[in-house]
Amino acid sequence: MRDPVPSGDEGAMPTGAADAAAPVTGLGVFRHRLRRFCRSVPGAVGLSIIVFWVAAALLAPLIAPFSPTEINLQALANPTPSLTHWLGTDHIGRDVLSRILWGARTVLTVAPIAVVGATLVGTMVGLTTGYFGGWYDLFMMRCADIVLSFPMIILYMIVIVMFGASALNIILVISVTKAPIIARIVRGITLDLREREYVVAAKLRGESALFIMFVEVLPNARGPLIVEMCLRMGFTTVMIGILGFLGIGLPPPHPDWGSMVKDTYGLIFSWPHMALFPCAAISSLVIGFNLMALGLREYRLHG
Amino acid sequence: MFRFLTKQLSFLCVTLLSVSFIVFMLTQFTPVDAARAILGAYATDEQVAHLTRELGLDRPVLVRYVEYIGGLLRGDLGYSLHFKAPVGDIIFDRLGNTLVLAAVSFAIIVPLSIVLGVVAGMREASLLDRGILILATFCTSVPEFATGVVLLSIFVVNLGVLPGLSPLVADTHWSVAQQFVLPVATIVVFDTGYVVNMVRVSMIEVMSQSYIRTARLKGMSFPRVVVRHALRNAMLNPVTVIFLQINYLISGVVVVETVFGYPGFGRMMLEAALNKDVALLEAGALVAVFVAVLTQILGDLGYRLLDPRIRT
Repeated sequence: MRDPVPSGDEGAMPTGAADAAAPVTGLGVFRHRLRRFCRSVPGAVGLSIIVFWVAAALLAPLIAPFSPTEINLQALANPTPSLTHWLGTDHIGRDVLSRILWGARTVLTVAPIAVVGATLVGTMVGLTTGYFGGWYDLFMMRCADIVLSFPMIILYMIVIVMFGASALNIILVISVTKAPIIARIVRGITLDLREREYVVAAKLRGESALFIMFVEVLPNARGPLIVEMCLRMGFTTVMIGILGFLGIGLPPPHPDWGSMVKDTYGLIFSWPHMALFPCAAISSLVIGFNLMALGLREYRLHG
Repeated sequence: MFRFLTKQLSFLCVTLLSVSFIVFMLTQFTPVDAARAILGAYATDEQVAHLTRELGLDRPVLVRYVEYIGGLLRGDLGYSLHFKAPVGDIIFDRLGNTLVLAAVSFAIIVPLSIVLGVVAGMREASLLDRGILILATFCTSVPEFATGVVLLSIFVVNLGVLPGLSPLVADTHWSVAQQFVLPVATIVVFDTGYVVNMVRVSMIEVMSQSYIRTARLKGMSFPRVVVRHALRNAMLNPVTVIFLQINYLISGVVVVETVFGYPGFGRMMLEAALNKDVALLEAGALVAVFVAVLTQILGDLGYRLLDPRIRT
C-alpha cells in the first residue's frame, strides 16, 4: 500500500504515482481529491454549477434585490427585463430574479432531505436483505418491485391529493419511491461482499451482524452510493419542478421554479422571459447534478 | 418458458391486487364526501346521509374493497364524479390517445437512440462518444416542461410554424398531424438521451469482450465486427430498458400532455387528482400499473428470445 490517503477501499481509490506526493492532512486530502476530480471536465463544470446554486440559495436573503412575494404594480405595464428588474417581473409584478434565487432555496432544501431519506431507507433494506437473505429478502424485493412498478407521478398525485400538498409529504413520497432503487444497488454489493474473506473473518471473530453490515460492508458501497445519490438529486429536482408545474407541488407562497413556469407559460406570446428564466434555472441545476455524477463515475473508474 | 410465464403472470396479479388495496386504503383518508359531491352544496344533511346509506358508503372498508374488486372483475370500474360518466368509457378513450402519442414517439426514439448509442459506444472516449454522451446528458437533464416551453417559444412564438395546443380536433389553421409534432418532439428529446445512455454503456461492455478482439485480429473490418458481432449482444440489456420506457411513456406523459393540452391519459389523471375524483384516480392507477408490469414482462420475454443462453 503506497496510498497515503487513509481510505479503506482500493476499488474506489486506486493507488497511483500522483497519490504518493499527496499530503496526509485533512484539508490536503480534500484538496488533492478535488484536484483529481476536476481533471474530468464534465465533473468540474457540474461541480461549479452546483456550487453556484448552493451559494445563490444560501445568500438569497442578502443578494436578492427584492422580496420574492413583493408585488410591483408599476412593473405590470412593462414587465420585460430592465435595470431595476434584471430578469423582469412576472405576471403579477414580482421580481423574477429574486423569485429564482429564493426558489433555489426551496429546491435545495427539499431535494437533499428527500434523497438522504431515500438513501437511509434504501441502505437499511439493501444491507439487511443482502446479508440475511432468505424469505425476508424475497419478500422485501417483491415489495420493492411493486413500488417500482407504480408510475411515480401517479403515486405522487394520489398521495398528495389525499393528504394535501406540503414539503413533508413530498419528501416522504420521494423517499419511499426512490428507496427501492438504492436498496437494489446496496443489496447487490452486499451479496457480492458477503462471501469475502474479511467478512467471513469478522464473522468468525464473533462480530455482530450489525457491526459487519455497517463497518465491514457499507464502506465498500460508498462509491456507487455517492454516484447514485448525485443522480437521484437530479431526478428529485426534476420531480419537484414537475409537481410545481402540475400545480400539486408546494403551496403557492413558496417561490418554486416549477410553479413559476406553470403560472406564466400561457403568456409566452407576449413575455417569454417569465417562463424561460425559471426553465433555464431548473435545467441548469439538473444538468449540474448529472454532469457531477458523470465526473464522479470517471473519478472512480480512472482515478 | 411456460414456468416463466406463469410466474410472471402471477406476479402481475399479486401486484395489481396489492396496488388496488393500497390505493383503495389511501383514498379512504380523503376528506371528500361522495354523497355531498353528487348532491351539491344545497342538499340537506338528511339527504346526504340517505344517499350515503344508499351508496353503501357507511359499511366497513373491507366489505367495500371486496365489492370494488368484484366490480372490477365484472368490468365495472365505477362512476366518475368529475366527468359525470362511467370511468371505463373515459379511461379507454384517453388511453387510446396516449397510446397513439406513445407509439409515434416510440417509433422515433428506438431507431434514433440505437444508432446514436452504438456509434458512441463502439469507440469509447472518442470525440464522437464524448459529444453524444454530453448531448444525451443535456437532453435528459432538462425537465419535459422546460423542453416543451422552449420548443413552444421557438416554433410557435418566433417561427409560428406549429400550433401550441393539441386538442386533436382540426381547426381552421392546423391539422391534427401538425398538432402531434411538438408533443412528440418533447418526448423524443427527453427520452432519447436516456435510452442512448443505456445502449452506449451496453455497447462499450460488449466491445471490450475478447471475442470482439478475436474477430478484429482475424482481420475482420471494424464496421463488420460492429454489425455482425457486437450489435446483437449489445441489444440485450437495452431491450429491457426500452420496454420500461413504454411504462414511462404511458404514465409519465402527464407533463407533456399538460403543456400542450393533449387529451390523453396523463392529463385525465391530473384532472382527476385536482378534482378529487377518487373512482377515476383508482381505476387510472390500476390501468397504469397493469401497463407497467405488462411491459416489464414483455421486456423480459424479449430478452429471453434474443438471448438463447438463458432460454429454458
